[in-house]
Amino acid sequence: MAQSFRMKPPMGEDNGWWWKQAAEGKLAIQRCQSCQTLRHPPRPVCGECHSFEWDHITASGRGTLCSYTVLHHPQFPGFDYPLIIILVDLEEGTRFTSQLINCAPEDVTFGMRLEMIMHEDPDGFRLPMFQPAQGAAA
Amino acid sequence: MSHFLKDKTAIAGIGLTEFSKKSGVSELSLAAQATLRACDDAGVSPSEINGFVSYTLDSTDEIELARTVGAGDLKLFTKVNYGGGAAVGTILHAVMAVATGVANNVICYRAMNGRSGQRMGQGVSGQIISSDLVHWSWYMPYGMLTPGSWVAMIANKYMQRYGVTCEDLGRVAISQRNYAQNNPRAAGYGNPLTMEDYLASKVIADPLRLYDFCQETDGGCAILITSAERARDLKQKPAIIRGVAQASTQGQEQMTSYYRDELDSLPEMELAARLVYEQSGLGPDDINAACLYDAFTAEVIMQLESFGFCGRGEGKDMVRDGALDIDGRLPNNTHGGLLSESYIHGMNNIAEGARLIRGTSTSQPAGVEHVLVSSGVGVPTGALILGRD
Ligand SMILES: [Zn+2]
Repeated sequence: MAQSFRMKPPMGEDNGWWWKQAAEGKLAIQRCQSCQTLRHPPRPVCGECHSFEWDHITASGRGTLCSYTVLHHPQFPGFDYPLIIILVDLEEGTRFTSQLINCAPEDVTFGMRLEMIMHEDPDGFRLPMFQPAQGAAA
Repeated sequence: MSHFLKDKTAIAGIGLTEFSKKSGVSELSLAAQATLRACDDAGVSPSEINGFVSYTLDSTDEIELARTVGAGDLKLFTKVNYGGGAAVGTILHAVMAVATGVANNVICYRAMNGRSGQRMGQGVSGQIISSDLVHWSWYMPYGMLTPGSWVAMIANKYMQRYGVTCEDLGRVAISQRNYAQNNPRAAGYGNPLTMEDYLASKVIADPLRLYDFCQETDGGCAILITSAERARDLKQKPAIIRGVAQASTQGQEQMTSYYRDELDSLPEMELAARLVYEQSGLGPDDINAACLYDAFTAEVIMQLESFGFCGRGEGKDMVRDGALDIDGRLPNNTHGGLLSESYIHGMNNIAEGARLIRGTSTSQPAGVEHVLVSSGVGVPTGALILGRD
């Protein structure tokens, strides 16, 4: 895959920290320090208790497939089509939007078990992708 | 006690430009044509217009249009956010202004060179994003850049949960294409669609095929809102605004509300339904025809459930029963809709709502008392109920 094509996320106050974790190989989930509620995508305030104090945990990377779409058109330069985009229910309880790799479109099923694999572009940019869980008991 | 906004205002005029793939004129020109036609339709002088409402995505500013068409002093000028979700929202803002006496005659408009200029189908690879860049950034790096991709994720979940098939989506596309055969303005006019054509069309974002997508169009549409009292003295039969509401719910994102517990319903559309039914004192049984927002076929089926025309998971059964057709329970998008007339971001569906009340649709069902119109799906949205005077 040719790679410098990828649209990089803006690294703002509310989300830049998450991408720094990804750069270190970790799939982070934001956590409210007051009530411990996990939240994704990251936001500056807890919607449950309104605390501005937060830290994060590192997800195990295990989850199940909530939904997916297989993209065929339009084809943007650099991406490999058909491109499988997924929603993953992480075992920690939050949901994450990602790409499924190492899996043929016809083999994708709702509820299939997945594991995170950190993808790295040639320019060093890293982002979490998922693949079918290896040797997972169904 | 009846709601303050109920029956106070009406659609007195509608104005449309020609719809095409290349207008050859500016979006300001399209907006001006649509506005002048709406004024002419109503019998209101442009100099009497003192309010303009459009979408944040519209390139034509209110004062540019006001100057161009020779409007009077403006007392209301505003733009509503969230793409196609703004359609009914523009009507709400106009209705609030007219009902409170802030303004008297308000034009709601949307004009876009949506095919030859900035194409919505090109998604966030274009210039349509700004302050919500961080929101889109959870999707952009993965190549999830287009409306089709965002909607397909929800459609797939919904279809899997309730056993909705590709053929069910095809039935929606075909029903609306059939209506377009009576409407010379429509992109699908003269091009009937069969189930074979539908199933043979290329998959864009599985499970959505080419014919599940709306028609990117150059064109403009304007709606003239005035008081019900004034509308009764004008040229057209008024389409009385029985209820109009905007709606956004917990966990709302623009197109990607993926983090709610359940993904197989449309919470914001259910809120819009509740609000508009409460305001109008009407319910699903009172609605005789609809213009359910139809940028994508799957959204139409889901909205049948949101608005209580059937139970959860039963939208497909209504479609299979032919409910959306001219002699069905709920003739829907009788002009062809965004799928087969044109994609003017939902404003053309509001215009058809007014025509259905006037009795002038090119596919007019019998006995239409109340019409429901919704705006964008999967975004902060709204709903409108029009009634015969
Ligand atoms: Zn908290």
